[in-house]
Amino acid sequence: MATVDVDLPHVKDEEHHHHGPAKGLGRWLYTTNHKDIGSMYLIFSLCMFMIGGAMALVIRAELFQPGLQLVEPNFFNQMTTMHGLIMVFGAVMPAFVGMANWMIPMQIGAPDMALPRMNNWSFWILPFAFLILLSSLFMPGGAPNFGWTFYAPLSTTYAPESVTFFIFAVHIMGASSIMGSINIIATVLNMRAPGMTLMKMPLFVWTWLITAFLLIAVMPVLAGVVTMMLMYIHFGTSFFNAAGGGDPVLFQHVFWFFGHPEVYIMILPAFGIISEIIPTFARKRLFGYASMVYAVASIALLSFVVWAHHMFTVGMPLVGEVFFMFATMLIAVPTGVKVFNWVATMFRGSMTFETPMLFALAFVVLFTLGGFSGLMLAIAPADFQYHDTYFVVAHFHYVLVPGAIFSLMAGTYYWLPKWTGHQLNETMGKVHFWLSFVGVNITFFPMHFVGLAGMPRRIPDYALQFADFNSMASVGAFIFGVSQLLFIYNIVQNVRAGQKATDQVWEGAHGLEWTVPSPAPYHTFSTPPKVD
Amino acid sequence: MAQQDQKQTKRLALRLATAAVAMFGFGFALVPLYDVFCDITGLNGKNFSQGPTVSAVSVDTSRTVKVQFVTVNPADMPWDFRPSVRSMRVFPGEDKQTTFYAKNPTAQWMVAQAVPSVTPAEAAPYLHKVNCFCFDRQPLEAGADTQMPLLFFVDPQLPKHISTITLSYALYDLTDSQKVTTASQIDDKGQVSL
Repeated sequence: MATVDVDLPHVKDEEHHHHGPAKGLGRWLYTTNHKDIGSMYLIFSLCMFMIGGAMALVIRAELFQPGLQLVEPNFFNQMTTMHGLIMVFGAVMPAFVGMANWMIPMQIGAPDMALPRMNNWSFWILPFAFLILLSSLFMPGGAPNFGWTFYAPLSTTYAPESVTFFIFAVHIMGASSIMGSINIIATVLNMRAPGMTLMKMPLFVWTWLITAFLLIAVMPVLAGVVTMMLMYIHFGTSFFNAAGGGDPVLFQHVFWFFGHPEVYIMILPAFGIISEIIPTFARKRLFGYASMVYAVASIALLSFVVWAHHMFTVGMPLVGEVFFMFATMLIAVPTGVKVFNWVATMFRGSMTFETPMLFALAFVVLFTLGGFSGLMLAIAPADFQYHDTYFVVAHFHYVLVPGAIFSLMAGTYYWLPKWTGHQLNETMGKVHFWLSFVGVNITFFPMHFVGLAGMPRRIPDYALQFADFNSMASVGAFIFGVSQLLFIYNIVQNVRAGQKATDQVWEGAHGLEWTVPSPAPYHTFSTPPKVD
Repeated sequence: MAQQDQKQTKRLALRLATAAVAMFGFGFALVPLYDVFCDITGLNGKNFSQGPTVSAVSVDTSRTVKVQFVTVNPADMPWDFRPSVRSMRVFPGEDKQTTFYAKNPTAQWMVAQAVPSVTPAEAAPYLHKVNCFCFDRQPLEAGADTQMPLLFFVDPQLPKHISTITLSYALYDLTDSQKVTTASQIDDKGQVSL
């Protein structure tokens, strides 16, 4: 009897290792496989990217000409709000989590994520969060219309009724992100293959480890601030209501205490992806690996002490303005280290320009451009001119679109052959890249000019002198938007058919993920690899 | 995965979850922290002290300070609200009294709350309100008016370079939230303590 008891788990274990994916819908609903969950995250975020993008096109179509043509101002405000919320919480963040799910276990030689069931749960609550959020578009009074930063009292006293649904949606997204982060930290800290020390980890793993800590630190603060709104709306508390002894400026402090680390949550994994791609196509080791790790860590730490640079104009004391100005500028130092290292990696490398590399190069150039306009915004006295103008819109779209989004596209093209087992269609990839690159710049570059000339953000109509640059931006937006259909086409084609990819896929690729077959089998590294 | 690893993972996950819960609490802790921070530094022109925390020791007759009174009505506040005097010159340390006039021109009973703000913010910790109508909510019957008292003194420690202090009151309509307030919170003077 005793021997049977001992043997049984072993037999089960063997069976477990050899079964493939289950059949039908159940596979996706009940899966605990990191690759399935990663794919679901990626597909979900791609859908959200298209929905958020469609909203952006509504905005750009309305702004094509001065005057009100297509939509009511209130609906316009709903579009800007929902576009922001969906892109931040629905497209960029889940896409990075999807890549983390797919790649982190394969990059550190782990069989799966540390907490597979929680992994399933953290994905499957997301579609419901966005269903709730999107359903508010059809409610009386309309969807949230107070901007993605939902400043009180606009989002409390003057909010549409649907704000409660928005609050619960944010709660669910927060829970999903926190669970995802716990999972990633547990995986990275506990499941590395023997010999994979922390300082040998690929940079994508490093950046995600740090990002996950950021998420655990700030997503609960976001949950807290929306809970305070909920309490005001339904239980009569007055955290942000001056009449009851509260303060509306407090809202902005709490929000940006979350919000600033949040913007690094959206860019640090991008740094990781770019740091994987550039060495591959420059055929050189990453320059300054350790300094890259320390730079990411210091950017993460600094992100907690710069939040008030978003609110220079609220009437802060001079000491505060000066502190937040210099703290913000300090972030340029580790960021500069990163850009320097990427360039130094390429220096005298034997570079080739496959699609992932093109996106990575565009990332380095255009993200740096967005960083520079960020530095301009960091100058407190100058910010009084730039605040709430299109200059700000230009800045954060430069760091988010050719920044975060390009890195996601680069990562997708880079790892797609490993996921599907099919070699990339380079021609189509390059067409997609060039259309996106041109489209992005036509869209967002003119926004710098109209912003400096004084065009405020979040308005459906504008003064006549801004007309030319706005119509340019709208044309660019449609080029960029439509060319994303090519992205979907490329992915679908690659999933369906293509030349068989080798295990290494790219000639210069190094790392554990390139040692497993293409497509990556359902279970990888059931026995840990030896890393030396 | 070995049993040992499972345990380690569970422990780590639990710790991280605890950290998340603690950060949720921290979000709420930011509210009192913000008030304490403003109170200590006097930033934001806030002066939360209710009644005297320092008593005037001696009157400094070597200089005078001009105290200006300003009132602000938010857009949806129909009351007539103004100071009875626009400004007064005071010696630092000297007790002064003034009143603010309020009238409810509407046809219904209303409650209001005045929220003070001091400019320059640097002067906020030095303006002591001994008694202020802003400590309480102000109910007014339809058509009624009232003179609301303010008893204050300027701290003799006030930095020398400040010669003018502006005390601004914003008057907020609290009638809606008042309806949900239970009677037990209303004391015998008909006032509701904050």
